[in-house]
Amino acid sequence: MNAEVRTIKTNAEQALAAAFAVAKAKLPGDRKVAALREAAFGRFDALGLPHRRVEEWKYTDLRAIIREARPIAGPPDAASMARAKTAGSLIGDMDARRIVFVNGTFVPELSDLVGLSPGLSVRSMAQALAAGDPLVEANLGKVVPAEREGVVALNTALMCDGAIIHVAKGATVERPIHLVFAATGQTPASVFTRSLVVIEQGARVMLVESHDAAAGHHVNTALEMVVGDNAHVDHIKITAGLSDLIHVSSLMASIGANARLNDFAFNLGGGVVRNQTFIRLDGEGTHAGLRGASLLKDKQHVDSTLVIDHKAGLCQSREVFAAVLDGESRGVFQGKIVVHQHAQKTDARMMTRALLLSDEAEADHKPELEIFADDVQCGHGATSGALNKDLKFYLMARGIPEKEAEALLVQAFVGEAIEGIEHAGLRDALMGQVVVWLQGRED
Amino acid sequence: MPMLEVKNLHVTVDGREILKGVDLTVGKGEVHAIMGPNGSGKSTLSYVLAGKPGYEATEGQVLLDGEDILGMQSDERAAKGIFLAFQYPLEIPGVATMTFLRTALNAQRKKRGEVELSTPEFLKIVREAARRLEIDTDMLRRGVNVGFSGGEKKRNEILQMALLQPRLCVLDETDSGLDIDALKIVSDGVNRLRSPDRSMVVITHYQRLLDHIVPDVVHVLSAGRIVKTGGKELALELEATGYAQFQGEAAAAP
Ligand SMILES: Nc1ncnc2c1ncn2[C@@H]1O[C@H](COP(=O)(O)OP(=O)(O)OP(=O)(O)O)[C@@H](O)[C@H]1O
Ligand SMILES: [Mg+2]
Repeated sequence: MNAEVRTIKTNAEQALAAAFAVAKAKLPGDRKVAALREAAFGRFDALGLPHRRVEEWKYTDLRAIIREARPIAGPPDAASMARAKTAGSLIGDMDARRIVFVNGTFVPELSDLVGLSPGLSVRSMAQALAAGDPLVEANLGKVVPAEREGVVALNTALMCDGAIIHVAKGATVERPIHLVFAATGQTPASVFTRSLVVIEQGARVMLVESHDAAAGHHVNTALEMVVGDNAHVDHIKITAGLSDLIHVSSLMASIGANARLNDFAFNLGGGVVRNQTFIRLDGEGTHAGLRGASLLKDKQHVDSTLVIDHKAGLCQSREVFAAVLDGESRGVFQGKIVVHQHAQKTDARMMTRALLLSDEAEADHKPELEIFADDVQCGHGATSGALNKDLKFYLMARGIPEKEAEALLVQAFVGEAIEGIEHAGLRDALMGQVVVWLQGRED
Repeated sequence: MPMLEVKNLHVTVDGREILKGVDLTVGKGEVHAIMGPNGSGKSTLSYVLAGKPGYEATEGQVLLDGEDILGMQSDERAAKGIFLAFQYPLEIPGVATMTFLRTALNAQRKKRGEVELSTPEFLKIVREAARRLEIDTDMLRRGVNVGFSGGEKKRNEILQMALLQPRLCVLDETDSGLDIDALKIVSDGVNRLRSPDRSMVVITHYQRLLDHIVPDVVHVLSAGRIVKTGGKELALELEATGYAQFQGEAAAAP
């Protein structure tokens, strides 16, 4: 008899363990990768799915939310691929190099790999894992170790495919890269994608991720990013989907000196979404802008959780998050700025705002500062409230109908965050999506 | 039929009665000035006319062209031709003034069954109106009233009025915050809008404005009631005597 006390596993956790046992022999990678997966699954198994008693997951009880694990998605069939052709359309008519993943697998036929500019390389993670790639070996799971994150460990154990993007020292990639992750299977599945982006010193690139998923899918996606000294990276992640979708995303980035990261997360619906971001500033003089906008209705739930670690001094970080919450939706923002002892002259400011369009909507803000240096400028603010009645009256007194007046004020509200996107075309496209969302509200 | 008829209007704000039986009749093409001490209810009256939520009429009627407007939302009233130039115009960051003007104009046109203006048509009208009020069109690219000086905000109100061509203009202390030259520009703008089928209610504390916009009738509002009505000479009289005489009367009234 085994007398050892064990935590009771949920059905979903048991199903994931069974799925891993079956899948591991077929998952891409050599023996080293297999060992990495095994160790990662061990960590996940010990931690289990995160739940509300885990401080970082207080508002998003994944253990309760994932009642049943979906089977792991297989390679896409022709119908799935056909449906993926229209995925990622929220970027509008912005010209970008499209790299497509369907049900977690890279699809070269749908991707544009022609005429890569000098210094740019784009590869499939599955192929790199199988071939034993030095870039992957050097960085995978090491960029910003997230030891306590069970969902990242689960991603490492079950990662299927994803993008590897490398931009060589000093190279400028003019045309934005659009990573399209489409989960278009007929039956709801679990999809695990893992990407690695390495931007060498002085390089410049704009990366857009679009995540579109069909009803009932469970997506666990992770992206690790290494930004070299003097590099400039724009990263925009767009998540859209239906209300019964669960999307968990982890971004882990380390940034060198005098670099610039401009990150934006746009969430348009999507059931339960958790966007967690871990940024580490390793070199002085860097600017990191982390922004986001969410537009939610029904029972949608978006949790934006970020930790920005100022390890080096003289860096600036700006966090601006806006959530528009209608119906019974819930917007969560947890942001932590950590300033290490030697990171003097840090200038960090965090602002989160929620606009509640219904009495049933809920906003939770948890901004935190952990400061160990003495010569810094740090601040945070959080507001939530309904639309300003006086402003609405002013607009209506000029003849603008109520819904239109509200729409103008909502656009102005999210506009503040969207303004942070440097690409004018994408900015306009996303503002256009806000208008479409608002029109949907009126019908 | 008069343009505006206010009959025995009682208005409560936050449980407090502010207007206590106002009677006011403004004929077509007439300009009426309303003067009165601070806190007497002038802005309250203007808000009730424009339909501000929270300003509850507990008794009485407000008729525009004979039609009771008290049950209408503010946007409907605007489409019917009521315009309020605010005492304190609000700032709306993130909504460009141009967008605001065009949305307002087209919304009103739509409600009246008129076709919406094309962008070039609209721009032509705005540029011309702005030029006459000496407003730099660059300012119209900014958020509504954001970063505008006090006087610029007032000018912007009159610009809106000129574009929307209302039938009943209610001007709440449009002269406050204007320098001498701006007062002239704004008054000229208002006077250009005077016409036989447009009426105006001009709220002010100073004769100065009424030198430019000469009223047909002057009323004194005190403690929620119109306590005196006269010709344009009443304003001059008030300048000399102040409101002390009326405050006594109002306080004595039941
Ligand atoms: N929301 C409110 N709740 C309670 N009282 C209010 C409210 N708004 C206005 N009042 C009161 O109503 C009275 C009339 O205010 P109103 O703004 O109409 O005066 P006014 O005649 O325009 O004064 P002024 O000349 O200073 O502009 C004042 O005593 C004011 O304090
Ligand atoms: Mg007033």
